[in-house]
Amino acid sequence: MTVNASIDRPTNWEDALVALARRSDDLIVMTAENRGAIRGIPARLGPRFIDVGICEQTLIGMAAGLALRGRVPVVHALATFLTLRAFEFIRTDVGIAGLPVILVGAVPGFLSDANGPTHQSLEDISLMRGIPGMQVVCPADREELLDLLPELVARRAPAYIRYNACEPAVTHVARWRLGEAEVLAEGRDVTLLTYGFLLGHVAGAQAMLTTHGVSAGLINLRSLAPVDERAILHAARTSRTLVVVEDHFAIGGLGTIVAEVLARHGVATRLRVLALEGRWFRPALLPDVLEYEGFTAERITARVEAWS
Amino acid sequence: MSALTDDDRAALTAMALAVRAHVIRMATRGGCFIGASLSCADVLTHLYARVLSVAPDRVADPDRDYLFLSKGHDVPALYAVLAEQGFFPRARLRNHLTLADHLYWHPNRNVPGVEFHSGSLGHLLSVAMGVAEDLRLRGSPGRAFVILGDGELNEGSIWEALLVASARRLDNLVVVVDRNGFQANVETEALIPLEPLGPRFEAFGCAVTRIDGHDFDALEGAFSAIAPGAGRPTVVIADTVRGKGLPSIERRADRWFVNFAADEVEALLRELHDGEVATLRSEILIVR
Repeated sequence: MTVNASIDRPTNWEDALVALARRSDDLIVMTAENRGAIRGIPARLGPRFIDVGICEQTLIGMAAGLALRGRVPVVHALATFLTLRAFEFIRTDVGIAGLPVILVGAVPGFLSDANGPTHQSLEDISLMRGIPGMQVVCPADREELLDLLPELVARRAPAYIRYNACEPAVTHVARWRLGEAEVLAEGRDVTLLTYGFLLGHVAGAQAMLTTHGVSAGLINLRSLAPVDERAILHAARTSRTLVVVEDHFAIGGLGTIVAEVLARHGVATRLRVLALEGRWFRPALLPDVLEYEGFTAERITARVEAWS
Repeated sequence: MSALTDDDRAALTAMALAVRAHVIRMATRGGCFIGASLSCADVLTHLYARVLSVAPDRVADPDRDYLFLSKGHDVPALYAVLAEQGFFPRARLRNHLTLADHLYWHPNRNVPGVEFHSGSLGHLLSVAMGVAEDLRLRGSPGRAFVILGDGELNEGSIWEALLVASARRLDNLVVVVDRNGFQANVETEALIPLEPLGPRFEAFGCAVTRIDGHDFDALEGAFSAIAPGAGRPTVVIADTVRGKGLPSIERRADRWFVNFAADEVEALLRELHDGEVATLRSEILIVR
């Protein structure tokens, strides 16, 4: 977890935003009254912080206007309300114009734990990657989250961050770069492909499978648009089965992305997708959700072994 | 408050007439949303000729005034005004709806002078607010104007944005409502009544004036009275007539979108100039 550590590296999201804002006058931090990750920002950024209240459409429209004037707004809201309530504003005002608005969706997937289906963002990747030019990134932990921000801000193009500031999930072996997967292990029998907060649990499953004598690989697909096609194709050619594990609906997420890549390149292999199949998950505290829905390391291991 | 001279008034009248003639020609070979284009022709003429600090050689000036056409359907009037003001050659208007150009039924930034695309209602008020925020942050004298349709006021995003504009005291934001009384198919008051409209905007924290949107003296009075530093967004409700200038289509719900036959144009231009009402055979199209 010390791939690119340095003494002045920010250690939390807020510090990362402030550090970038000091280097670039263009950075503006915005929210639709979701301040969980940016509580200190109003005092630290002054007029370059804008809270529009619970108005997600206005949030995106204003961000587009600010971007039209050369700013790079980093906008915060819960992933569901951001990508669903404001979807048409994102698609029409940010997407059509290709404006540099960085969308930060909080508590995506299982991270909404006990909130219930209204808060379960399980189609955000599907929706965001459907917008031409939208970059979609899903950090596995705080370390990746902080690493990806400067590159996204510098690229001056629309982006969606599936926000996740969890403790480091694994010991990372590859520096963050947009469009590049992190290959954590190669395996002949099966390769597990995942992203975001589930990486730690999937890494646990990979370790268990290995001790059970299964040759199991593990790839962290942290950038979903653009996606690392070479890493997917390499895994498909060197591993008998691909297993995608994701806290997203089975339609439109990584499972779909992998299927598209394989079909586009004419590569036939067995693909299994461990995701939410046509339903929302049972709301509870996170450890219970993972157990009930079958996404703990043990449950993932058992499901992979049952397929083999 | 400034006042128009006779020469000013004559120049504005002549320009608005030229704009309407362009709109009529754009209502053939595929047609256009003529009702809204004609209702806001005087407002757009007045804004570009007298109010907005913007010009063909200043389209990238960061301190210019911005105008956003939120309802979008009235873009033939904007194309015509921009051509008359020299943002691009008038001959380019003949490219309307062709692959040779980008002059289609809704605004887009490929057309010189057009600040942003629209077409989906209820978007550009908040986009204009983002621009107004940035103008203020950078200490620019520039202002953000946005033209809303009255039918567009059905959209919740308008009222949500007004709450925010008022909370943030965006006094460099000017909202102009083209109050022509109609939405796509019906009169606004027969579907979702908007009146009393002025008090509604006032209740949302705006400074409101209501004027005859075809009277250049009234437009001059309303726009020159906007004072910087008032701490509130300004709303100008311009009462207008759908299809204004062509009595044969004025205030007609079925003349929202019209595709005139090529041989009708001469009679329509005569009607525009002489007030002699043309007899129209064109097919009536409601495509919303």
